Amino acid sequence: MHGHHEEFIEAVAPGLGFYYLLLCLMNWGAAMYLWRTNVKTYFTVAGVGVTNVLFWLIVGFLFIILSPIAMMGSPPEFSHGVKDLVNSLSGPVTLTVGSLVGMMFLYFFRRWWTHPPIAWTLLNLSLLALGLAMADSNFFSIVGKGDNVPIVGLVFLLGYFNWLATYKAVINDDRRKQGLPPVEKTEDEKVLVWPDLVYTEMICMVALTAFMMIWALCLQAPLEEPASSVKTPNPSKAPWYFLGLQEMLVYYDPWYAGVVLPSIVVFGLMAIPFLDFNKAGNGYYTIEERKFSYIVFQLGFLELWIVLIILGTFLRGPNWNFFGPFEYWDAHKVLAGNNVDLSQYFWGGMLGQALPKAPLGSGAGTEIAYILLRESPGIILTLAYLILLPPILAATIFRSFFAKMGLIRFMLMANLLLLMISLPLKMVLRWTVNLKYIISIPEYFLNF
Amino acid sequence: MSIGETIRNSQLWKSVFRHPMPLDRRNRIVVMLTNFFLHLHPVSVKKQGIALSYTWCMGGVTFFLFLVETLTGVLLMFYYRPTLEWAFKDIQDLRDVVSLGIMRELHRWGAHAMVITTWLHMYRVFLTGSYKPPREFNWVVGVILLLLTLLLSFTGYLLPWDQLAIWAITVGSNMARATPFLGHEGPGQQILKVGGIDMITNATDARFALLGARFVGEETLNRFYVLHCVAIPLAVSLLLAIHFWRVRKDGGISGPL
Ligand code: HEM
Repeated sequence: MHGHHEEFIEAVAPGLGFYYLLLCLMNWGAAMYLWRTNVKTYFTVAGVGVTNVLFWLIVGFLFIILSPIAMMGSPPEFSHGVKDLVNSLSGPVTLTVGSLVGMMFLYFFRRWWTHPPIAWTLLNLSLLALGLAMADSNFFSIVGKGDNVPIVGLVFLLGYFNWLATYKAVINDDRRKQGLPPVEKTEDEKVLVWPDLVYTEMICMVALTAFMMIWALCLQAPLEEPASSVKTPNPSKAPWYFLGLQEMLVYYDPWYAGVVLPSIVVFGLMAIPFLDFNKAGNGYYTIEERKFSYIVFQLGFLELWIVLIILGTFLRGPNWNFFGPFEYWDAHKVLAGNNVDLSQYFWGGMLGQALPKAPLGSGAGTEIAYILLRESPGIILTLAYLILLPPILAATIFRSFFAKMGLIRFMLMANLLLLMISLPLKMVLRWTVNLKYIISIPEYFLNF
Repeated sequence: MSIGETIRNSQLWKSVFRHPMPLDRRNRIVVMLTNFFLHLHPVSVKKQGIALSYTWCMGGVTFFLFLVETLTGVLLMFYYRPTLEWAFKDIQDLRDVVSLGIMRELHRWGAHAMVITTWLHMYRVFLTGSYKPPREFNWVVGVILLLLTLLLSFTGYLLPWDQLAIWAITVGSNMARATPFLGHEGPGQQILKVGGIDMITNATDARFALLGARFVGEETLNRFYVLHCVAIPLAVSLLLAIHFWRVRKDGGISGPL
């Protein structure tokens, strides 16, 4: 075990050393940029003003000290205490709920965290955390896998672009309050495409080509053993972009998670322009002017798509069990799972009797009738959720929506929204009361 | 006369470009109108529409990656044969034998990157509200492009024919087994019966149509190969043409009114 560890450290040390060097250069680049554009004093220590330039220079220095240390074979890493804590704290519940709380934080405190120095600090911290974590062999073996590397990129890209969009939205929303048009409006003079756009495209293409080449040279495409239809790997995973859906298989059966849900997602995406009746916020960044659609999309895209992909890729191991980021993927880990259907709760738990069952030898019609009776609590609940709830919403919190959208569009919007919310709802029900299926008709493969 | 001028005055050069270098205003306009590739663009645009901080250039990057995939894909096809006997060996040779063998890397990483940039592009379009009238239809075209991008990536995943490939496709395509009515383990499958005989079995259902067999095998490899190299790229190309056409017809990149 120990020899293994040393081998591993030897292998990652140069890469991490180089990584910290890049982080240093990144901060020095920022310092240089600030030095040439706007030098500001952050705070004073003992009468000496610490400017933004000096501050990021120092941060860069810290990284460049880490660089040779890492390179020489002792990359800094999280202590065992921290790793154990992270492992024991993480789980599907903490991850989903935590990210939701995180997103609420980002939403409500957007004015604060979009300040460039704060955002830059957050970036530095997350990059440092990544560096520290990468020195752990369990973390590295999952995150460093060729096909998983793009997801790390995706996370940072989303972080960056989320910052950019929120930053611009905050500025525009402030301008709006002062009666000014959005910034985009002030840039509406026309310029010639040659050279202004064509040159930008050229430079982008050259830079991207270089980037792709470097990526391709540094990281080899994975190729495992030749295909064998008898050796089933554990875990068996779909390609990473479908792992959010595979994660939903924990809560729903394949017919829903694998077929109906994705169809609804595609349909729902297509329907967006026809459901969003809000004319404001067309062609510029804003949050205030389209809060509802903004929140719904953030929830659907970031929480229910991206977070679930991260969960499914990095934290689901053999038998689709959950593993903490620093945990070894042990194929023998056993988790107690004892989930109960709603019908069992209803007939057994509440009424204290056996599930209704058709008498032996009865015809198909009787059998179906009995099945419907058995599952009636779930069926009624589902129908009420999808058919009764929308009118109630229309009469209460969505009154103005209903007035503007008309019946058909409103029902469509409400149903899509309710179906979307049903995902986290079912998750919560699973975590709290071990609910397996709301409707359970295994006779007809219809479990929901 | 300098060499550059000599070249630019030659009959050959003029036959290709038909106008002087785009150094003055007039010729900068002419170049946009006479060059086949450039005429995708308008002659002039609003400054805001080309600001990187507005569009993130994500649609452009996605398109660029599509071109990278096409180019590297053609090069890979020179070596690759989609049969059980050769598929894996050819990929192995691409890694071990072919000189400068990074085509596979470029193609694979490019594919991942394209999925990511497509999502980011959609995110940008959403955050700027650019799907609102008059651009509703282009958003719909975009969603189909997104779906096709994922399918392109998915069908390509099988081709190396290694453990990673067949099991990822097996897990993914097992879903089709549960398609309502059309999958042999899907809800409502029992309804489609003729004379007491199941019409939807594991040899007639949606999964079979996708795989060309009851499990991921040679037929599947062939099917995915054709989808990956011919059918889906063609569909994407067509939709991209419509997508770009509509960007211009809908009044260029969105902006505040
Ligand atoms: C293969 C994938 C795609 C490619 C190559 C592509 C390419 C492009 C390009 C080059 C533009 C010009 C502006 C820009 O770069 O942002 C654009 C605009 C646009 N795209 Fe896409 N796109 C793709 C997928 C999508 C998707 C998934 C959506 C939405 C679901 C979408 C919706 C739009 C809309 C509405 C516009 C107009 C935006 C505006 O006027 O601001 N596209 N696309």
